[in-house]
Order: sequence, then C-alpha cells, then structure tokens
Amino acid sequence: MELFLQYFFSGLTVGAIYALIALSFNIIYNTTSILNLAQGEFVVLGGLVMWFFLEKLKLPYGTSFLLSLSIGGLVGLAMERLTIRPVLKTADPLLLILITIAFSILLRGVLMFLFGKEPYGYPPLSEGEPIVLWGAVLQRQVIWIFIFVILIMIFLYVFFNQTMFGRAMKACAIDRVSAKLMGIKTTQMVMVSFILSGIFASLAGILITPITFVEYDKGPLLTIKGFTSAILGGLGSNWGVMAGGFLLGILESLTAGYIHSGLKDVLALLILLTMLLFKPAGLFQTAEQARLRKL
Amino acid sequence: MHTWRLLVLPILFLLFMWSWGHTSKEPIKIGAILSITGPASFIGEPEKNTILMLAEQVNKGGGINGRPLEVIIEDSKSEETQAVISAKKLIEKDKVVAIIGPSTTGESMAIIPIVTQAKIPMISLAAGTSITEPVSERYWIFKTAQYDRSAVEAIYKYMQKRGIKKVGILTITTGFGDQGRKALLELAPKFGITIVADERYKPKDSDMTVQLLKAKNAGAEAIINWSVGPEQIIVTKNWHALKMGIPLFQSHGWGSKRNLQLAGPAAEGVIAPLGRIVVWDKLPDKHPQKKILKEFEESYLARYKSEPGTFGGHAYDAFMMVVEALKKVGPDPAKIRDYIENNIKNWPGISGIFNMSPKDHCGLDASSFEMVIVKKGDWEILP
Repeated sequence: MELFLQYFFSGLTVGAIYALIALSFNIIYNTTSILNLAQGEFVVLGGLVMWFFLEKLKLPYGTSFLLSLSIGGLVGLAMERLTIRPVLKTADPLLLILITIAFSILLRGVLMFLFGKEPYGYPPLSEGEPIVLWGAVLQRQVIWIFIFVILIMIFLYVFFNQTMFGRAMKACAIDRVSAKLMGIKTTQMVMVSFILSGIFASLAGILITPITFVEYDKGPLLTIKGFTSAILGGLGSNWGVMAGGFLLGILESLTAGYIHSGLKDVLALLILLTMLLFKPAGLFQTAEQARLRKL
Repeated sequence: MHTWRLLVLPILFLLFMWSWGHTSKEPIKIGAILSITGPASFIGEPEKNTILMLAEQVNKGGGINGRPLEVIIEDSKSEETQAVISAKKLIEKDKVVAIIGPSTTGESMAIIPIVTQAKIPMISLAAGTSITEPVSERYWIFKTAQYDRSAVEAIYKYMQKRGIKKVGILTITTGFGDQGRKALLELAPKFGITIVADERYKPKDSDMTVQLLKAKNAGAEAIINWSVGPEQIIVTKNWHALKMGIPLFQSHGWGSKRNLQLAGPAAEGVIAPLGRIVVWDKLPDKHPQKKILKEFEESYLARYKSEPGTFGGHAYDAFMMVVEALKKVGPDPAKIRDYIENNIKNWPGISGIFNMSPKDHCGLDASSFEMVIVKKGDWEILP
C-alpha cells in the first residue's frame, strides 16, 4: 500500500506538470482552434527567465515571479503579432500549426544563445523537507502546483463565463464570422489568447523548474506530454485536459512501477494513438460536445 | 617627392623579404574534429577551447622545433556524416599529419575506416570501448578518455571493500546510459555483485522516484545511477527526499560543480568515481598529475571563466601527446603513431597516468579515478 501510494504521488507530481501545460494548450485552442506547438518552449522560457531574475539579478521572489509572467505574456504577444496575425485571415489551421513549430525552433535557438546549454534551477516556493503522508513522500512544490492549477481553473471559469471580454473570446471560438458581425474584434481576441497562454505556460515553467530543472531544449518533450494529456482528456475542455494531465502522469508512474520503467513512454504514446483512433473527443467529453465546440 | 619614390622600392623589397621569411617556415598542420554544435556540444565546446588555448601557448613558445603549429578545427555538428566529411577534408585537402577527435563514440567509429586507409594517426576524445578494441584492427587509433568499464570497476572495487553485494542500477536511455548499463551488468559477477534491479529512464524525465523505490524494494544495498545532465540531479533529489538509507553512486559524469549547486543539500553523501581534474586541489603535492592539473585548470579558468571539466582534459591529453610526438619525431604520420604507441609510458596527463602499448591504445585503467564523496557541498577524496 505504501509503495502504491508512493507511485501514486510520483504520478501526481509528473501529472501536475502535464496538467499545467495541457491547460495552456487549451487556452489558445479554445479561441483560435490552433494547436500552439511552441507551448513547451514557453514553459522553458518561464523557468529560465525566472532563474535570471531570481538568481542572477537577485530580485525578490514575488517580483521575479511577476516579471517572468509578464515576459511570457510579451513573448506570446510578439509571437501573435509577428507570425500569426499576418496570415490569420487567409491561412488554414495546418499552416498556422506549422508556423508555431517554426516559432518553437526559433525560440529554442534564442534561449540557447542567451542561456547556454546547462540546466538551471532555483529554490522552491517554500523550503523544507518533503511532506510525509502515510509513509509516502510528496515534495512541497507539488502542493503549490496543485494550488496554482486550481487557481487557474477558477480564473478560467470566471473569465470565460462571467466577464464580457471572456464571453466575447468564447463567442469568437464558436463562430468567428458571427462574432465579428456582433461587433467583436476577433483579431484582438486571438491576441489576448496568445498573451494568456504565454503567461500560463511561463507560470508552468516557473513552478516546475525547482522539481525538474530546465534547460533550453526541454521544450519538445513537454509539448508532446502536454499534447497527449490534452488529447486524453479532450482538447477544448479545461476540466478534461487537467484530468488528462494527472491521469497520464499516474498511468506512467504505475507502468514504471508495476511493469517496467522502460515502458512508460511506450504506454503514453499507445494511449495517444488509441484515443485518436477510437475516441478523438477525449475521455471527458462526448463527440457531440467536441463538435459543438469546434463549430 | 623624389625621395619618396626612391624609398618605395626598398620598402616593397623589405616587405617581400619579411613575408617570404615567414612563409619559409611552413606550419605543421594537425586536424581536430569536434562536436562544437548539436546535442554533444557540451562536450565539444570545452575541447575546442582547450585546443585553441594550447595551440596558442605552443606557438608563443616557439612552435614545434621552430615551425609554427596550425590546428584546423572542424565542427562535426555531432553528426556521423559531417564527421566523415570533415575527416576527408582534413586528410585530402589540408593534408594534416594527425587528427584529434571526434568527441563522441558514434562519430569516432564512423571515421575509423577513413583514417586507417589514409594511414593518419587519430586520437579520439570519446570513451567507447569499441574505438580502440580490438587493437589489432585499430592500428592508427588511440583515445584519451577512460573506458566506461574502468569507472564501473572503480565503483565495484569500492563496493567490494565496503561489503556491498546487491545493487540496483538506474540508467538513462542514451548512448552513455546504454554503455554504462552494459558494463555494469557484465562486470558485476567478477566482483561478486548481484544486480537486483535494472531500471531505466528517458532524457528529460521529471521524476525518478518510482525507479528508486523499485530498486530498494528488490533488496538493493546501494543504487548506481548512470547519466549526465539534469537527470542525475533529479535522481539525487528524489533519493534524498525518499530518505532511502542506502548510498547513491553516480557515474564519472557527476564531476561538475554545477551539479552540487543545483542539487544543494540533496547531494550530501553521493559517491562517484571522478577524474582528478575535479579534485586537483585536494591531491597531495607530490602526486605526479598535480602540477599540470593546476596549470591547466588555472589557465583555462582565467581565459574562459569556466571550468574545463573532464572533456577539456581529454582534449588536453590528446593534443599534448601529438605535440610531444611532433617535437621528437617530426611531422611524419607513421612515426607519430609509433611514438605514441611506444613512448607514452608513465605519462602524467589530465585524465590519468597514461601507459600506451601495442596492446592498449587508451592506456588508462580504474586507477585513473578517485572515489569522491560529496561533503558540505564540496568534493572529498575517499581513502
């Protein structure tokens, strides 16, 4: 039992990381139907920039935190302005996805140039020995990640359902032409979704770096894992992708524990393929829900 | 005006004489193929820096018997194909008399047929056993990096002394991890050690708690982790968080101060076989390697503001062997090869004390490592 619990906690740790990335995937997808495959690089950016402010410039934790989030948002904005905006009207989604891949390569190169190839890390939000629960250990930082995941969920819920701006974004996602006819500035909505996604991905980076460290080329793996989580839970639904992240993390950890550690990524890819083949809408929504979302 | 015209001719003549005088001493050319960019760039970068620094020192000190030394450095981009192209260019176009590198085992294997055919001596900077073995087929090939096998032997010898019989191994799924795993599994019976758990993880994985726990539950009395980079720090942190009560051993890839900074208190008590470059300041003064270790570390640090590490050390040894051979026997590839094979004996370098022979083209064994433990955020040599 103690062993199972430890495997479970290890899965929660990894799952929390996946969930954060899957959520930032979802924000852009929801408003633009674009998969931003540079998401992992934004996570890396968040971690590296946070290190820069905290360890290099020795700024306080809170200041560094806010500055890093702003930089994440600004780079998101720059990405939208420079690469997405010019082609948004004419390009089909496939081209836009390719553009995000190109941007991810560019961003990775810039990060390598600025930070080099070494791994970086800094202390967690609250220092101290890991928490022991029923004989199994859980890192304190993981608790912080849970808290932030919940805060993000609440924020997204309130933003998209209670504010005018959020609802306008939602409308834009459902039907861009109708939204435009209602007087919503659709291009502005796309811009805001990129800023938000940049901020949340940076937040993910800031939070996971004390656990996993960060180096310039960590992005692609994070992108794949976040994407798998999003597909597993059902791209489009915030609750779904969050659950998908935790589920994937726990499944990986249990496979490594009870079958073999060499097989855990095989399992993740098998899940991805199976989902795409048999239930592309994801575990937590019906095909109809997904279609309605996409209309 | 007139005098000015009169002066032009002699000046031109002098200039011509001066430049002719320079070119008369044609440089001796050696080549280096290094992974300066690409995934193995963390290896190629310090190697390039080391060679540039040493070449400058040699030329400032009068070159090779009065002739300047020219090192042509090619970037293999960490790719086998590019390494092959570089090797062909160095041999056919630049006509080098010796080649240093490549940085990785795969690239070294790729160019072995080419240098063998061209009869040019090559000193690889990579660790793979197959680079210099079987020696009968590796007439022109040497290497200055220790065998992975030797690092494993150093760990197992230490475990034998401490009575550790059951170990769990964690290896990363890269070339480095694969080779380490192979050596760990092969050599265990020789030292009376049983591998009770053989766990793996992938590059950039975020948590290795599960693998560690499985090893412990299988009855391991010690853990050996084989990886380089952030993964080995994550393993260390997980090991510390779990309070496992059994020692953690790391590979010879552990020897970077950065690992200690990033792992912080979690690294306390971690044991690893490390090259002496890492602990040079803790060696006794009469140790034969101490003087060159100090010189190398200090001049590198002063010039590049970073540590040369083990990789820089491999380049240092290869470069110095070639320079010594050039000084003794001149720029003749066959003579250079013979010199390195027969005259590098009890030769203190950065990675260890070399003993080359027709049977061993690496010349280093387990004694080139010190077992080092982390104490209070610093290295300490274990007796």
